[in-house]
Amino acid sequence: MGRRVAIVGTGHSKFGVRLDVSLAELAYESIREALDEARIGLDDIDLVVVGNAGGWSSEPLPAVVVNEYSGLSGKATLRVESACSTGSSAIKVARDAIASGDAEVALVVGVEKMNESPTPTVVEFIGRAGNYFWEFENYGLTFPGYYALYATSYMFRYGVREEDLCSVAVKNHYYASMNPKAHFPRRITVDDCMKSRYVAWPLKLYDSSPITDGSAAVVLASEDVVGKITDSPVWIEAIGASSDTSNLSRRPHFLGLDAARRAALQAYRKAGLEPDGIVKQLDLAEVHDCFTIAEVMAYEDLGFAERGEGVKLVREGQTYIGGLIPVNLSGGLKAKGHPIGATGVSMAVEIARQLWGRVERGRQAPINVGRGLAHNVGGTGHYAYVATYTLSKPRG
Amino acid sequence: MSQREQADAFLKQMEEFSEAMKRSVGVPVVIDPRSGVTMWYDQRELKLRYIISVEKLKRFFEALGEGKVLATKCKATGTILFPPQADCPEAPEGGVEWVEMPVEGELLTWTVINVKPYSFSHYDDYVVGVARMANNVNVLAWVRCRDPSKLKPGMKVKLVVVRREPEGYLTYELEPIEG
Repeated sequence: MGRRVAIVGTGHSKFGVRLDVSLAELAYESIREALDEARIGLDDIDLVVVGNAGGWSSEPLPAVVVNEYSGLSGKATLRVESACSTGSSAIKVARDAIASGDAEVALVVGVEKMNESPTPTVVEFIGRAGNYFWEFENYGLTFPGYYALYATSYMFRYGVREEDLCSVAVKNHYYASMNPKAHFPRRITVDDCMKSRYVAWPLKLYDSSPITDGSAAVVLASEDVVGKITDSPVWIEAIGASSDTSNLSRRPHFLGLDAARRAALQAYRKAGLEPDGIVKQLDLAEVHDCFTIAEVMAYEDLGFAERGEGVKLVREGQTYIGGLIPVNLSGGLKAKGHPIGATGVSMAVEIARQLWGRVERGRQAPINVGRGLAHNVGGTGHYAYVATYTLSKPRG
Repeated sequence: MSQREQADAFLKQMEEFSEAMKRSVGVPVVIDPRSGVTMWYDQRELKLRYIISVEKLKRFFEALGEGKVLATKCKATGTILFPPQADCPEAPEGGVEWVEMPVEGELLTWTVINVKPYSFSHYDDYVVGVARMANNVNVLAWVRCRDPSKLKPGMKVKLVVVRREPEGYLTYELEPIEG
């Protein structure tokens, strides 16, 4: 396992259509905040890991561009990509480098500037994210289209209605309305969602996360130096990682994401958590709701509900504060926004700030056990990362 | 207006604006009407078209001309690989052989693509589905149907070779069997 690693500083830009900033300026917004929060200087950093999916934005070497702008040229650095779970893989790469003894302090920044290209181009880039030759070239799938294949299968099998999916969007917009960093900090109703146009039947515009620009950053430190930086670290307890086939046709079913299920079980095992009754061992979860159906499947893949029963949590409001387990108090990808490479880092920032008891009134989870979970999926279950973060130092 | 025409019209407007700005202030900046912020209209355009190697899968494309959809099969284990691939990772020594995919299958799931990628924006809304074929191997393809509201999971479908227009090349699609 190596050395234990903690988050000692967090930064988060305003998410949205950020036409006012370049990629580097956007990244620096959260880098500066994270360094200020950790109260460390540029000299203290051994490694910079930049999470960026790119393609739609103009800089093909985002790591060196961001580092130069931020005064970090000369550091060991790399850019990491695993589609929508890019941010989580960036955290894992930095965590592993510190755990191995190769670095003491690392900066992780996830950044995405999606609005540098027109929407149809962005739709094209994300649609190609799967198996380009066999499933895009001839059939033109889109990101909502891939998830719609899961939604259709799930809805017919378990008798789920479009209104049920819209209820997920309503919850996430409700919490986003209290998050000033969110892309859409406003409430919506089931009716608003039901009236929105289809983007990939049965998914509608309001079932979908938006095209968002944003950045998020964390400073990670080894257990050997963490005490010099802060007396309230948030520890990375465990990271589970898995993947699945590039071709969706090679999946045995469309009722849940097997990669996410494997990543969750791996994380629980590494953390020494009991998969049965997992919700009692968590204060909150940030899950990958790129589409409303994805949040319902996440409940099941994480073991919050049995297969086919995730929708009951939605109908009963069990994932609001006060329910079984609060989920996506940030507003989620759905309403906070989904700047692809930043999302996983944004989840880590949100969980750390939740555990510190620092987020806005009305969306702060009660912190009892001192543990939060991040579920970050890349593509359509092509990659999956599940991480748990704790206030108390994990077992060695 | 098709989604293609809308997308092109948007860019044309942006380009005309930047041309006017070049004439007036000397640089191709555009002002976002919503936020009022200044942006640079890129003067370099990249045309992206890949040239993809299919030498080892030549037989697959020949067979489309014979109206057949082929898969590969691991000689040592019998595992069917679709989409076809030239190597059998579970038993590489034995190699693979070409086999025909069955024509009949059952629809597992589908969607209707309403908002399209740029390179598909000249088509009307299209249906993409996944079928489990009689050999228990799945195929993802367009579903040829006029009314997607009639589709049901488990519905019988045929795997057919068709000519994709307007490009005019052979590919495969799924066709619901009536009745």
